[in-house]
Amino acid sequence: MSRLLPYPLLAVSLLAMWLLLNGLSLGHFVLGGVIGVAASNVTAALQPPRSRIRRWHLIPKLAAIVLFDVWRSNVAVARLILFPGQHRRVSGFVIVPLELREPAALAVLACILTCTPGTAWVEYDSTANKLLIHVFDLVDEMHWIDLIKNRYERLLLEILA
Amino acid sequence: MSHAADLPLWAALLASFFVLLGAGLTLIGAIGLVRLKTFYDRIHAPSLGATWGAGGILLASILIFSVLQSRLVVHEILIAVFVTVTTPVTLMLLGRAALYRDRSENTADLPPPIRTDGETKSGDAI
Repeated sequence: MSRLLPYPLLAVSLLAMWLLLNGLSLGHFVLGGVIGVAASNVTAALQPPRSRIRRWHLIPKLAAIVLFDVWRSNVAVARLILFPGQHRRVSGFVIVPLELREPAALAVLACILTCTPGTAWVEYDSTANKLLIHVFDLVDEMHWIDLIKNRYERLLLEILA
Repeated sequence: MSHAADLPLWAALLASFFVLLGAGLTLIGAIGLVRLKTFYDRIHAPSLGATWGAGGILLASILIFSVLQSRLVVHEILIAVFVTVTTPVTLMLLGRAALYRDRSENTADLPPPIRTDGETKSGDAI
């Protein structure tokens, strides 16, 4: 199992991508499977950090939360751009202390934060395990730290051990 | 599009809504890029186009081709996935370059140093 499939998740993702691109059929299933297994074996030479997903059932919950938050942030930023005079907007930097150390989880957090128009990942320090983000509409620093820690980080800690 | 006439009205209306939504958000993002003043404010604006801006157009594409071909066409999801996964790379590159420039020039509204104890070694920072 581990000799043939060093990264089963990668192999399955490649198969899924192949099927999405080429349509569902037995021939493409076999071809995509072979490509998935072969490509994940080639990737093993790079020795990427291995991470295991512990709680699959929380992934849809995180995805739904992120989709909703990104939508809300889209509307908020769009409104601030179109009507800049409504309230005095102050943007600024916030330092967020993290508990997350798993590289894959940090990568997911980076995707979430950069895809939310209101926040941007600027710098991460692995020694202090602190994250510097830039917030477009900074009303309350604690609100943003609380949002990242309780809404995203806690779920990520549960999903990726 | 050559088969646009075959599209039922409800699908055409829904798809138009999504296309306009996506295009509108992308336009607002572009306006923000022009109108905002500082670099750090500006990097927020294009995110509109990269998220629901692209998402709206992709949803319309999924809808139109699924209805026209009478089967689920969802390979647009791959576009969304790759846009989402690659956006942080560019943004971090730009953000860190700006931060490096501002720190070396000692600009006014500099962010607080991320590490308070000891010397600032930037080698292991991402």
